[in-house]
Amino acid sequence: MTALDPRPIKTANLIVENVSCADCIGKIERTVNAMDGVTDARLNMSTRRLKVDWLTGTTDADAIADRVTALGYPAILFDTEKLQSSATREERRLLLAMAVAGFAAGNVMLLSVAVWAGAFSEMGPATRSLFHWISALIALPAIAFSCRPFLTSAWRSLKGGAVNMDVPISLAVLLSAGLSLQQTWAGGAHAYFDASVTLLFFLLVGRYLDHRMRAKARSAAEQLIALSSTHATRRTPNGEMSRVALETVMPGDVLVVAAGERIPADGTVRHGESDIDRSLVTGESVPEPAIPGIGVFAGTLNLTGALEIDVTAVGPDTFLAEVAGLMEAAEQGRAGYIRLADRAARIYAPVVHLTAAATFLLWWGLLGADWPVALITAISVLIITCPCALALAVPVVHIVASSLLFQRGILVKSGDALEKLAQADTVVFDKTGTLTLGKPIPTNLGDIAPDLVTLAASLAAYSRHPLSLALSNVHPGACLPVTDVQEFPGSGLEGTVDGRRVRLGRRSWCGVENENAPEASSLELWVSIADERAFRIEFEDQLRLDAAGTIYTLKAMGLEIEMLSGDRPVVAGRIAAELGISAWHADMRPDEKLRHIQSLGQAGRKLLMVGDGLNDAPALAAAWVSMAPAQAADVSRTAADLVFQGETLFPVAYAVKTARTANRAVNQNFGFSLLYNLIAVPIAVAGFATPLVAAVAMSTSSLAVTLNALRLRMGKAPK
Amino acid sequence: MTILGLLIPIALALGFIGLIAFVWALRNGQFEDPDGASMRVLLDDDIDTGKR
Repeated sequence: MTALDPRPIKTANLIVENVSCADCIGKIERTVNAMDGVTDARLNMSTRRLKVDWLTGTTDADAIADRVTALGYPAILFDTEKLQSSATREERRLLLAMAVAGFAAGNVMLLSVAVWAGAFSEMGPATRSLFHWISALIALPAIAFSCRPFLTSAWRSLKGGAVNMDVPISLAVLLSAGLSLQQTWAGGAHAYFDASVTLLFFLLVGRYLDHRMRAKARSAAEQLIALSSTHATRRTPNGEMSRVALETVMPGDVLVVAAGERIPADGTVRHGESDIDRSLVTGESVPEPAIPGIGVFAGTLNLTGALEIDVTAVGPDTFLAEVAGLMEAAEQGRAGYIRLADRAARIYAPVVHLTAAATFLLWWGLLGADWPVALITAISVLIITCPCALALAVPVVHIVASSLLFQRGILVKSGDALEKLAQADTVVFDKTGTLTLGKPIPTNLGDIAPDLVTLAASLAAYSRHPLSLALSNVHPGACLPVTDVQEFPGSGLEGTVDGRRVRLGRRSWCGVENENAPEASSLELWVSIADERAFRIEFEDQLRLDAAGTIYTLKAMGLEIEMLSGDRPVVAGRIAAELGISAWHADMRPDEKLRHIQSLGQAGRKLLMVGDGLNDAPALAAAWVSMAPAQAADVSRTAADLVFQGETLFPVAYAVKTARTANRAVNQNFGFSLLYNLIAVPIAVAGFATPLVAAVAMSTSSLAVTLNALRLRMGKAPK
Repeated sequence: MTILGLLIPIALALGFIGLIAFVWALRNGQFEDPDGASMRVLLDDDIDTGKR
């Protein structure tokens, strides 16, 4: 039917959270497919993306996102244009190259086994030669096709005056193929087609795994970036409202920000009253009132009332951009890290080349062999020392480790994150939103008469203020009927509950200014009922459930713990004491956090920074390695090396633990490769490296490395 | 030994079929969602889009 429908089909992609089971797929796809006009909906579990096609004009992407969110799976629309990177095409090319190499390796090996067996029976030179020719026919085109990724990379590095791992790889593959062709032509006994194609195949497996891991990390990062807001509502001098792209907003414009919207630019409030959630900027969990004349920052959330603001700064001049600038500068400071595999290649590649050259000189010069024999031996050294196991050593372990982490909701975003994480010796936590959930909960409801609580909660249900939300969320019983509700942004609510006039909000709003009230705290709501005396509901930011346990585990793992907070010293100190953190700093601005991190880094400490707020972003970028919760500000998630989901803090400890195990496995693999070379190189230099020896040695070392990596999976999963 | 003339092409052809099948599967998107496939098998009913 859709094929005949003249209306064009539109497609959207949504990122869906919390998808973990078959039932989720069924529920989401059934629901979306049942929507009017939707022609196809398919959820990709691996990428957590929902692709929806619908007929233009019947529905829109936001409606679909709302529908999925209503099912309990928060869905966010993202722009595929931004995400269609070349990564997918590159991955396909590698996979195809791998398939072709695998096909060639299998078939050439089949023929080689016959030749090896033939050496012990009556296979004549003519048959052997035929088998070599067939091998050549399969292997040469396969090499021409599959070796390109290595050749281009080797060429690029040579042009840049450096030698990377791909140089010996390319040389070994090309030389062994060339040598084998020459041998085949001459009717010789040994051809290395099997070795060179198998080598290529194993190397491509490693390359593909490495690429997939990085692509996954990158796409996770891209998804996060794609979420930032790009539009604003502008009011023209003659009162017209229009929705415009953020880039077109200029200082002096008047923007209208509805309740619940993020403020798109820095400015001052011109008209209206509201509460502003500045937690992303200051880390402060309590909203601040906004009245005309007050300055507001881009990226903060307008909670309760509509505001008109005069724009004072846009784009690169905003506080947000200033933070991003700090972040960039910090990032450059740590770009010097060289990955383990690259460091190994730097030593390994020259050694391989020198050994091969020495072998040639040894045979030709000292032993007086003919130069073709010397060359063949030298090439066999190159083939057998080719860093096959070495090239697999890191990527196989990392892909296993990061898929383990992914299963527990931890995304590894950067390629060197695991290596660095394993080396971390100090963990620095941000407070709000990291150690705590950033969600206040009422703490003294037990001291208040239940019917009064019900009264207050019933009214609170009408406000979006975080404290009201918290109150109505924790209230278990049925609510009372409420009428005539009016919200006064910046002050509170008033409504008739059960026939009584109730006020809920700030201290002054409830008329307790002059009373002997308890010490002022911003984490409080006051309730006054008709003419009765007002009472107070206290709130506290809730710690993540397992925060104390995780801190304890991290300490037991030998890590030092620090806490940095933008919050007031009273609050920060109490939380630090509760968690047993002795080193803590409060009242820190973004640049102070950054400086603190940098000074610790200069003192030689390897810091794992865990933070969520915009104010943490520069610190996250400057730290040795960093983690951010999935609820964090976009900028912070972008800056962090790892992102963890869920309401617990345990992923931090688990990630460190996994990284350490992975690091051990990587080192074992390097050790194994070294051992293999210590055995194989003398054999090759002595001239005993027949194609059989080469093929068996290389396959076993690669398999051993891979199996060692898979051992990670068998480790007991923590609860 | 003439049997080789038959067996080798057969062996190669079989291998080639495998390769073609893999390339087909790759182009067809069979590798796009390995995690989802293992879950979908548990779904009782085929999801009825009702519109195709």
